[in-house]
Amino acid sequence: MAGGIATSRSVRKPAPADIGRPTSEPAAVRWLLIGIAVLFLTLIVLLPLITVFVEGLKRGWEVYLSALIDPDAVSALKLTLLVAAIAVPLNTVFGIAASWLIAKFSFRGKSLLLSLIDLPFSVSPVIAGFMFLLLFGAQGYLGPWLDERGLQVVFAPPGIVLATMFVTFPFVARELIPLMQAQGIQEEEAAATLGAKGFRIFWSVTLPNIKWGLLYGLVLCNARAMGEFGAVSVVSGHIRGETNTLPLHVEILYNEYQFSASFAAASLLMLLALLTLGAKSLVEWKTAQRNQDLEG
Amino acid sequence: MSKRNSLSKWPVLLLTASLALGLTACGSGNNAANSAGSGGAANAPAENTAANAGATEAPAPKDPVELLNVSYDPTRELYVSFNAAFAKYWKDKTGQEVTVKQSHGGSGKQSLSVIGGLKADVVTLALGYDIDAIAEKGLLNKDWKGKFEDNSAPYTSTIVFLVRKGNPKGIKDWSDLVKDGVQVITPNPKTSGGARWNYLAAWGYAQKQDGGDEAKTKEFIKKLFQNVPVLDSGARGSTTTFTERGIGDVLLAWENEAFLSQKELGDKFEIVYPSLSILAEPPVAVVDKVVDSKGTREVAEEYLKYLYTDEGQKIAADNFYRPINPDIAAQYKDTFKDLELLQIDKDFGGWAEAQKKHFADGGTFDEIYTPGSK
Amino acid sequence: MKGSRSRSVLPGFGLTMGITVLYLGIIVLIPLGCIFLKTSDLSWGEFWTTVTAPRVMASYRISLLTSLAAALVNLLFGLIVAWVLVRYRFPGRKLLDSLVDLPFALPTAVAGVALTAIYAPNGWIGQWLEPLGLKVAFTPLGITIALIFIGLPFIVRTVQPVLEDLDKEIEEAAVMLGAGRWRTVLRVVLPELTPALLTGFALAFARGIGEYGSVVFISGNMPMKTEIAPLLIMTKLESFELEQATAIAVVLLVMSFAMLLVINYIQWRASRRALAE
Repeated sequence: MAGGIATSRSVRKPAPADIGRPTSEPAAVRWLLIGIAVLFLTLIVLLPLITVFVEGLKRGWEVYLSALIDPDAVSALKLTLLVAAIAVPLNTVFGIAASWLIAKFSFRGKSLLLSLIDLPFSVSPVIAGFMFLLLFGAQGYLGPWLDERGLQVVFAPPGIVLATMFVTFPFVARELIPLMQAQGIQEEEAAATLGAKGFRIFWSVTLPNIKWGLLYGLVLCNARAMGEFGAVSVVSGHIRGETNTLPLHVEILYNEYQFSASFAAASLLMLLALLTLGAKSLVEWKTAQRNQDLEG
Repeated sequence: MSKRNSLSKWPVLLLTASLALGLTACGSGNNAANSAGSGGAANAPAENTAANAGATEAPAPKDPVELLNVSYDPTRELYVSFNAAFAKYWKDKTGQEVTVKQSHGGSGKQSLSVIGGLKADVVTLALGYDIDAIAEKGLLNKDWKGKFEDNSAPYTSTIVFLVRKGNPKGIKDWSDLVKDGVQVITPNPKTSGGARWNYLAAWGYAQKQDGGDEAKTKEFIKKLFQNVPVLDSGARGSTTTFTERGIGDVLLAWENEAFLSQKELGDKFEIVYPSLSILAEPPVAVVDKVVDSKGTREVAEEYLKYLYTDEGQKIAADNFYRPINPDIAAQYKDTFKDLELLQIDKDFGGWAEAQKKHFADGGTFDEIYTPGSK
Repeated sequence: MKGSRSRSVLPGFGLTMGITVLYLGIIVLIPLGCIFLKTSDLSWGEFWTTVTAPRVMASYRISLLTSLAAALVNLLFGLIVAWVLVRYRFPGRKLLDSLVDLPFALPTAVAGVALTAIYAPNGWIGQWLEPLGLKVAFTPLGITIALIFIGLPFIVRTVQPVLEDLDKEIEEAAVMLGAGRWRTVLRVVLPELTPALLTGFALAFARGIGEYGSVVFISGNMPMKTEIAPLLIMTKLESFELEQATAIAVVLLVMSFAMLLVINYIQWRASRRALAE
């Protein structure tokens, strides 16, 4: 039964080929809007992107490639991936729990909680890093205690992971909350009335409805986790080949007057982001296909 | 129904994956902490030995040792060459393998990191002030400056002008910088160590011209900064603004960075030496607390001493730092032009004094931009 | 807290509340508490002089105004982008879609350098704007552009899933009832999107206030004119005035938090009204 609800819900998803129906705009308006969107994205996003590749390739492919296979770059890449692999799943679990709480229940202090969840977005990244230094640094509140036990948090991978988690903390939750709020709770209530248990309701009723939002959240969280610079820069210690993430590596190359290598490393980060986006599109496409198989 | 099943696998996978990752996170976190802190844990006995260091004889084949050199931005190439040379020297001398890890960043920020617990065996920063800050927290001895020769500064640099090819505005000296229509590029002295040297050099010049009339000196500095259209946060940002963006007629830069940008960006620019500049002494120090707990004092001290040898001095000179050894300097006298240099201790009463007077809140630099202080 | 929640048949309140509060506490609240604790090393008078110094005040103004402008621009164009991506099919749509996330992936410093290269007087776009008397790089306008770049994904990505999930049946019904397209969008679609738009706006705005890496390259950092508040924090940190740095950070934090609180409260009120209906 619960499955039935899920299926009927997904059928209602707007079909891509709706153009021309009364619920769409005249062609002129459509193309105007597309034109605006393309122009806007070109000016704000595409041009900087091209700049990065142009600068990266200024000295030719050889410099570009050697910048990518430089051992320091490789270890920075590894660390970046490791950090994302820890921070993103943890934030996802939190995000799902928080959005369920906020969208499905009504309780006092909800706005406050929601604002607290948003807070990391508004904390200047530099301060985000600095507060972990205040907490875990040698002069920090917990630093001496950790030091006695030979534990190093800041200037080591755990500190980098913590700073990244803080910065990317709200992404999944923020993606899911408006979505789940827009969907209301009727379907879940129906399932509950029919005797379905908690996790089952979530898996069979809620998740199919939020999967795109969740996917967006994951992709964004991941992109931001890999690209974070300010906060990580404070807690990293910049030890080459050890605590340098890819964005830090980019900055260091830049400061060393290795302009092209620096942009080459930056382009690598963007390729990573495009890769995650590619993965997202693949999932979308596969699911759409399976749905068609099921419905056809 | 099959669809529901396939969908319901999703979160299970996700949850398992994240849990697994979470666990490895803790695991790897601990590992990393252990290996990073191996100085602390594994060398706990070494700490004891360090206490009666002199008594212990050096056992013949020693374990490989690792040093961390926390430095500022454009010194990487210098230390890449230097570390290789030192590793060879140390191996020949003691038979011990030494790897020196490097960390580079803004000088002030690096200093903050060391204070915050970055386990640096040695620091090689841009300003004595940044090392003083570390000393203040008790991580190293307050008289660190006397530990090595020449104020613990094994190489020096100075502030020069970088102008566009052919020097179209005819900039020769500091007095040309305050002329109308001349745009000067310098980073913000508040965020950039290098820019503080720029500021002090200009101040020193003006002071000399005005015969110590401070009101006049302030006027000069104010005029100079009115000619500054962009205050980047760091030296590299300023260089980009000047060279790539084409803004400004003259860039105030460290001599070694001016050489570097010439090397990197071709001969579109010329270096101009003003009549008077300042002696920039990037100092080095051993972080006592760290080397004592890691048991690396001997090799760390030797590392810094090696900077003073002919070999070390040559490497510094090849990377555009002025060697302090007169013999080596003589070999490079075509590269480094002789000019009159002010000294921070003699002419400005030391960094603490200069910092307070010029760059702290309400200092002379703030006055330039405070409304109503005209 | 538990007592005041409305009777719901749904399970998981305790569990999700537990996870949320615990995780929030460890990752966000305790570390942020340190900032406040550090600031409390200052006396009230010192705090007040630090955070109301003329240069600091000017930097708040610049940070707030440019963030606001950027968030507003993003609100409009972000909505258009999201709409186009969800509703229309055209060649290159996927590419456009993937562009939206790049501002997150690109390290902010690189973004700053790249944007400055484009909008500087000798840049690809800057050179065309210069003769028109329009200076972008090293002016507040440049800061705004950097913040538009930083904030764009917030709006697009919060609106997009809601838009995708929106029932077309309602729109069809509106049309059948005789409403024109424009009216349908304005009266039926837009209200549905409002919570997401507000959220996106708030997030982009808040993020703009704190942004540092990309802005310092394009802003020129002239005191009183284009110096942003996070730069002042950095300045204080670099000169080891940690307490003053955290003091300014606290002010920024309180401002952002107040704004988030207001917007979330408005939304909460709106959703309650919707439920009551």
